[in-house]
Amino acid sequence: MTEISPRRFLRQGPDMETSIAPPAPVAAHHGPVGAAKIEARNVNVFYGPKQALFDVNLDMADRSVTALIGPSGCGKSTFLRCLNRMNDTIPTARVEGAIRMDGENINDRGVDPVLLRARVGMVFQKPNPFPKSIFENVAYGARIHGLASSKSEMEGLVEQALRRAGLWAEVADRLHQPGTGLSGGQQQRLVIARAIAVEPEVILMDEPCSALDPIATARIEDLIDELRAQYCIVIVTHSMAQAARVSQRTAFFHLGRLVEDGATEEIFTNPRDTRTHDYITGRFG
Amino acid sequence: MTDAALPPPPSAAGRAAARAAAGKRLKRRHAAEARFRAYGLGAIALAIGFLAILLAGVIQQGLPAFRTNTISLPVYVDPAKVDARDPQGANYDLMIAEQLLNRLHVENDDLGENALRAKDLLSPDMGFQVLDAVKRDPSLIGRTLTIAAPIGGNADLYYKGELGREIAEADRKLDDAQLDWLDRLKADGLVTEGFNTRLFTHADSTQPELAGLLGAIVGSALMLLVTALVAAPAGVLAAVYLEEFAPRNRLTNFIEVNINNLAAVPSIVYGMLGLAVFINWLQFPRSAPITGGVVLALLVLPTIIIATRSALKAVPPSIREGALAVGASPTQAVFHHVLPPATPGIMTGVILALAHALGETAPLLMIGMVSFTTSVPEGFTSAATVLPVQIFIWENAAERAFHERTGAAILVLLAFMVVMNLAAILLRRRFERRW
Repeated sequence: MTEISPRRFLRQGPDMETSIAPPAPVAAHHGPVGAAKIEARNVNVFYGPKQALFDVNLDMADRSVTALIGPSGCGKSTFLRCLNRMNDTIPTARVEGAIRMDGENINDRGVDPVLLRARVGMVFQKPNPFPKSIFENVAYGARIHGLASSKSEMEGLVEQALRRAGLWAEVADRLHQPGTGLSGGQQQRLVIARAIAVEPEVILMDEPCSALDPIATARIEDLIDELRAQYCIVIVTHSMAQAARVSQRTAFFHLGRLVEDGATEEIFTNPRDTRTHDYITGRFG
Repeated sequence: MTDAALPPPPSAAGRAAARAAAGKRLKRRHAAEARFRAYGLGAIALAIGFLAILLAGVIQQGLPAFRTNTISLPVYVDPAKVDARDPQGANYDLMIAEQLLNRLHVENDDLGENALRAKDLLSPDMGFQVLDAVKRDPSLIGRTLTIAAPIGGNADLYYKGELGREIAEADRKLDDAQLDWLDRLKADGLVTEGFNTRLFTHADSTQPELAGLLGAIVGSALMLLVTALVAAPAGVLAAVYLEEFAPRNRLTNFIEVNINNLAAVPSIVYGMLGLAVFINWLQFPRSAPITGGVVLALLVLPTIIIATRSALKAVPPSIREGALAVGASPTQAVFHHVLPPATPGIMTGVILALAHALGETAPLLMIGMVSFTTSVPEGFTSAATVLPVQIFIWENAAERAFHERTGAAILVLLAFMVVMNLAAILLRRRFERRW
């Protein structure tokens, strides 16, 4: 349908297929953007005979937020789920193409999805804390990956994760009560703490605020802004305003294709593709 | 939004007519609603009515069996009749009957008919007790013992008012003279009525007054243990695999359809399978709890698998995704996060399946568990009977006194069922309350 738009940020050497990216030049007028943490090349996804993604090429920078926007069913969530191989859990799904994280293709046969998911955390649309205590929710991932060797170390780890998720003050005195008893916004921050506790490098967020009220949404957005300093964050959102607020780069998907990607400010003020323009101005979607 | 396509607004008269028609329709709708509720209430009333009739019938039949009359008699161990070298050879029952006649000041006739009629009133347990005492201590010969034993089954019925003089003498087991003797024994204070503990401390017997349910209760317990040990792990693991790990393809679809169909197979077919495979081919012992338990395990396996799968299905997929997303392996996700919330549902399914197994009779008839077993089973391989089969055996017995014991056995079985169902509900509540 349309040409993949040139990547103007995170530009690499001419041989993009083989080279491991050197630190990319940071675009001066768009704030700090790190080197490409994840590079997707010619990603095609099929659900049975139906193709859901067509030749997606996208770089996601370290220590920065990349927003994926587009109308419902455009494939943005499918793409997000490729990044931690969650599509493996769907029997009919098939992923083609290369997704390189720090230069290593995560779709390689030798890559264990279980270890990959420890490096790439994920936050879902609906808060899904485990039906266990707040403490256990955060400690679980760290425990199965053997990140703490003693009880006190685990307690420190849980506290740190909850602090970074901005939840510690609210739950410090009830760590052993069920996580499902928290409010929606608290649950979503608990789930973020759960992901952080595993010490990932990348955090994927699939419409993390769509089930939350505006105040809880604002808290999550502030949190995303803080976490950006340490992680590569990729967020799927239906809210254009949210994409504009939290992300440094935005990619617009339509009908399974990546239409346009670039600096967020650029996409929202000066889109090159008419479909992007129509979408962000509310003509469709 | 184009206004041009809209029809013109209706006139005032048209509106009134439409309202009247709507009112009529509304009346019909309310009537239909009321009718439907009446049908529902009627169906429930019918069901409760039948249940009440059934329960009342069983209770009325079975309740008297929980009381019994015990006779206590001094017995003189006559050296003329009991030989110390061969205590087994003496006819104790007749000796006791003759002493009873003496006590009642009734002459024995030449043929000994009266002694036999007196013997009819007593239980053979009296003779057994004297024999046991003499075998233990031969010095008792020539002395007088006091023996207490259940009174004969028919005599017991007379005392409980179920067999009386209003029945023509020819139509009842005891004649008028025997009834007179029973009245005198009661008047002498030799007969006392009390709770029928024997019903729970002894196994089956040919004599209704001596028959108890302990053998059947222990047999049922042993068999259910086997069923639980075989069916619960196999069923739960099969369900976990099919639900959480198995690929969706023709083979698994085929297996699924077959499991659902197996749940509807008549239970007698499982009995035939048990007979052919376990007894004939694998040489399992006949009428033993282990054989019955394995056959019933096969019978309830589909039920457990279906219940477990629906319990697993009820766990939201977001929990699985959450676990996988923090790097849990699929097995860890299932065992740490899917099984725990599904446990109450699984346990309920397992307990209800076991309650079903407890009440099952038909397949057990095929594998020889219709055995008349007078001893309490000692292990999984000894001959045993189970509660529903005991009910079947007693109901077929000729003696009138077994009739009330059948009712009592049904009540005991129902009590076990109620306890198991309550356990299922309590377990579910307890586990659900945790979160």
